[in-house]
Amino acid sequence: MTTDRTLRGKAAVVGVAETEYYKWGRSPDPEFKLAIEAVLGACANAGIDPADVDGFSSYSNDRSDASRLSAALGCKQLSFASMQWGGGGGGGSGAVANAAAAIATGQAECVVVFRALAQGQFGRFGQGPRSRMVSGAAAHTLPYGLMSAAHMFAMKVNRFMHDHGVQQEALRAISLASYAHAQHNPRAVMNGRPLDEATYDASRWIVEPFHLFDCCQENDGAAAMVLVSAERAKDFDHNPCYVLAAVSGSQHRAGAPVHNTPEYASSGFTTVAPRLYRMAQMGPGDVDVLQSYENFTGGVMMSIVEHGFCTAEEVNDFLTVENLSAPGGKLPLNTSGGNLAECYMHGLGLNIEAVRQIWGESTCQVPDAEVAMVCSGPMVTPVSSCIFGSEATL
Amino acid sequence: MSMTPYLRPGLAKPAPSRDGLDTPFWEGLQQEKLLLQRCNGCNRWQWGPEWVCHRCHSFDLRYEETAAEGIIYSHERIWHPVHPALAEQGPYVVVLVELPHADGVRIVGNLVGDPHQPLVIGAPVHAVFEHHLDDDPVHTLLQWAVS
Ligand SMILES: [Zn+2]
Repeated sequence: MTTDRTLRGKAAVVGVAETEYYKWGRSPDPEFKLAIEAVLGACANAGIDPADVDGFSSYSNDRSDASRLSAALGCKQLSFASMQWGGGGGGGSGAVANAAAAIATGQAECVVVFRALAQGQFGRFGQGPRSRMVSGAAAHTLPYGLMSAAHMFAMKVNRFMHDHGVQQEALRAISLASYAHAQHNPRAVMNGRPLDEATYDASRWIVEPFHLFDCCQENDGAAAMVLVSAERAKDFDHNPCYVLAAVSGSQHRAGAPVHNTPEYASSGFTTVAPRLYRMAQMGPGDVDVLQSYENFTGGVMMSIVEHGFCTAEEVNDFLTVENLSAPGGKLPLNTSGGNLAECYMHGLGLNIEAVRQIWGESTCQVPDAEVAMVCSGPMVTPVSSCIFGSEATL
Repeated sequence: MSMTPYLRPGLAKPAPSRDGLDTPFWEGLQQEKLLLQRCNGCNRWQWGPEWVCHRCHSFDLRYEETAAEGIIYSHERIWHPVHPALAEQGPYVVVLVELPHADGVRIVGNLVGDPHQPLVIGAPVHAVFEHHLDDDPVHTLLQWAVS
């Protein structure tokens, strides 16, 4: 019985698109318009009539409501509307999992996974709250000046680096590889702004161990991808990009308040990654290219360890620019530039880049990429991961 | 004993939650006592504040005093101000303190003293109660100093 309880090969991505990517607050369009633009773009990329979309899947409390989208796009009906709980980018692959699950179980035929952000319209992420008083869990952190995502996560990374002797150069390699890849990607906000070791080293601290270039951008824009069943996927222009596995979750008591989760120095994938590989019937050695969510480079570092690409003790040797660079590195990482250097679309751009690698359409293409992994939203709860594969991997 | 506030004024001030869940904790700090939750079902300590014991599901959690001393579990030196009140602050240190006398639960505070001091995981620390008795709301912050 259990062999049927899988998403492996049940659904495929047939279209992707993003709007122009802007620095935060620079979008000329409001958030909902960006969302519509991305969905229309993904439908056009797939060659499907937007009226035939019957499901929407998003995460991080996206404000573009599924019913409003469905009405605006003139969809014939709405069969599936799903919001993955949790903040940050933790739901980027979870939203793919929910879409694939809806398709696999006959709840919907054509589901759009999307994320839209206009911070100029709705306020920025990287700023502390301005209220005069605070109560609840935040009262135990905010008055001490612990008030941003960087602050929440730097203490996890400091503990991990201490426990395993990780050097700053490992984090730097992640940043340099991302910026190098962005120089080939005309969509990337940091295209034309290369980064070298000296500039990284001289850049200001945001919070130790994160330099400026260890931190994601804040951007405006929208991204979308269209999923249909594996059977239908064969009728579209693109070679199908199959969902081989997609899972979300977190560890025992990951949500324990005020930094009391037992497994503290973690990206949150220690229970997720084994389920991911089991569903995909693969291991880390099968992955040709990795897109790993960078809220901060330290989260990428721990995600790489917890997905088994190297041990914690091997981090200093494994995380080098050479190993992380497309096309020839051992583990090409964030080949669009990722959240650091392409755009911070809460990580959905990473899923799109993974699909493009399978299609052979990346601006930093890994030759013959058949298996592409995405790790979404390290250090939040829940997190999620997915693996996409070509026809040959089924 | 009072001390100069570690951070410049202007950040949000803590108030007990409306549902009363953490009121004894905040009141305890004003009396220079560290009161945390302990389960009457299984006798284990638990923090942050919650209505149910994560281990035995008892709703019967009491507030009990524990020694206001611990060890640095992790730390961070923050440079970039994300709030206008901190624009002229310069670097400051936040520590996550593990409390060995309370089943190793952790609590967040600032590490007082030179913000450039070396930060050592495992270093013993003791509490420093930072009173804001003229403030509205009246409150006390729990800070830490290397022992
Ligand atoms: Zn109990």
